[in-house]
Amino acid sequence: MSDHNITLAEDAIERKTTTINLGPTHPATHGVFQNIMELDGERVVSSEQTVGYIHRAFEKLAERRPLYQITPITDRLNYCSSPINNMGWHLTCEKLLGVQTPKRVDYLRVIIMELARIADHLICNSIVGVDAGAFTGFLYVMQYRELIYEIYEEVCGSRLTTNIGRIGGFERNFTNTAFTKLEKFLKEYPVALGELESLLTRNRIFMERTIGGGPISAERALNYGFTGPNLRAAGVDYDVRVHSPYSSYEDFEFDIPVGKTGDNYDRFLVRNQEMWQSMRIIQQAYNKVQEFKGTDAEVYHADVPEYYLPKKEDVYTKMEALIWHFKIIMGEVDMPKGEVYQSVEGGNGELGFYMISDGGRTPFRLHFRRPCFIYYQAYPELVKDSMLSDAILTMSSLNLIAGELDA
Amino acid sequence: MAISNDYIQQKLTEKFGDQVFNFEDTYGMLCFEAPKELNLKVLQYLYDEPSLGFQFLTDLCAVNFPESANRELAVVYHLHNLVENTRIRFKVFTPIATPDVFTATQLFSSANWMERETYDFFGVNFVGHPNLKRILNVDEMDYFPLRKEYPLEDQTRIDKDDEMFGRG
Repeated sequence: MSDHNITLAEDAIERKTTTINLGPTHPATHGVFQNIMELDGERVVSSEQTVGYIHRAFEKLAERRPLYQITPITDRLNYCSSPINNMGWHLTCEKLLGVQTPKRVDYLRVIIMELARIADHLICNSIVGVDAGAFTGFLYVMQYRELIYEIYEEVCGSRLTTNIGRIGGFERNFTNTAFTKLEKFLKEYPVALGELESLLTRNRIFMERTIGGGPISAERALNYGFTGPNLRAAGVDYDVRVHSPYSSYEDFEFDIPVGKTGDNYDRFLVRNQEMWQSMRIIQQAYNKVQEFKGTDAEVYHADVPEYYLPKKEDVYTKMEALIWHFKIIMGEVDMPKGEVYQSVEGGNGELGFYMISDGGRTPFRLHFRRPCFIYYQAYPELVKDSMLSDAILTMSSLNLIAGELDA
Repeated sequence: MAISNDYIQQKLTEKFGDQVFNFEDTYGMLCFEAPKELNLKVLQYLYDEPSLGFQFLTDLCAVNFPESANRELAVVYHLHNLVENTRIRFKVFTPIATPDVFTATQLFSSANWMERETYDFFGVNFVGHPNLKRILNVDEMDYFPLRKEYPLEDQTRIDKDDEMFGRG
């Protein structure tokens, strides 16, 4: 019904807008986000975000920590895909130290990173489903995220904040159980992903809720510093894994899915497609890992005596190893001077580490380029003139992670 | 198809002469410096010049060097040419007493929050910024915490009262 012919008195209540506080702890926002929204009925007139509720001063903390103690900090950035952050941090250190990792380590890392990407996208896409009214998919796929977490657990011992890997490689070799669990995942997950897609992708209600919601053009997205699936949904095929390959990503065959309109539906589709591509990469990486035989299959770290802890049995029996163990743990190793920028393709965009070392034992300055901090500023533009419920859907489909936003 | 660092350096030197200096190759990334008054001109030139085309602002942050007089604060821009896939790093230095640097928000919408964050932690005053206020810290804060003059507690100190931690 058109309201063009209705004339309202100047002070009529229908002319007035309402201001609401959405958040900081609102059941519909997944994380600590506050939005002060001006509403005309149910339509968003303007909104302003408040961020920083869980700011933990990571950059300051990092200035007093030796390199290996910063890994647990990076866990707490994007905690839906911690392993990617951990690996990104190790890669940054390795770049500064000039460490060359063996191929097997690279492939194992790729497996872990792609599993993390799947876990990240899985949460995001199923949450988009929840906000559009489909709770089933979310509950259903959680058991497949559980399979991923079991693999993490087998590799490093923890599940959410993983602290996985070390500078130069992994803390221990992957066990056979880890590979068995990976095989189980590779076998069972495609079925579940197909089912999630059949629940949502061509679902009439879901399509009508998401198509056209929160759109952004490629130009605006680039100007706003979008990266990751959100940028690709707008039609720009920028992917760090392809543009600046790290951890031997150049050895793998995979496609970069792109969208067109940059709306919620395209973002959903791009993420779904990326999960299929991640499965392809994991399968290839797993095949490559299996090609290593004999002693090659025992390689799980590079030789970095100044940073990689010696074996425990050596620490207990040999003087040299004991000294190094102590030096590393106490953070008494001087780093080379230098200035590095290393980025990885995180779950929601380009996660960058900018580290300046003045030759001391801790970074002189460490800055995290957090993708969602940068693209969240586009939110008022994305939701202007949309319905409040679509604004919430847009927030979910941007894959905002409060831990990363506030660092 | 990356643009070579030498070419970028040559183009910049042609345009700005000795106003751009300290060219450095850090792990493959070209890094250079300009006076802070010229930051917008340099960014604009890098953006507009067709053979350079650095149109994506990857990152913006500041660094505090308390030892270097009149160059205590550095604002660091990481720029990316997505088509040619080349990254560069561009720095301007400013004295901590007059930390005024022109804002890049007219050129990059993404600079808005990154500059607010930089102001929040280092107190760099971005001249012309539409909404320069604290972003991650509370508004009432009256200092800039990431400056080196506010050290974290020294972990080696021995005057800690262990009783507070259930020891001793």
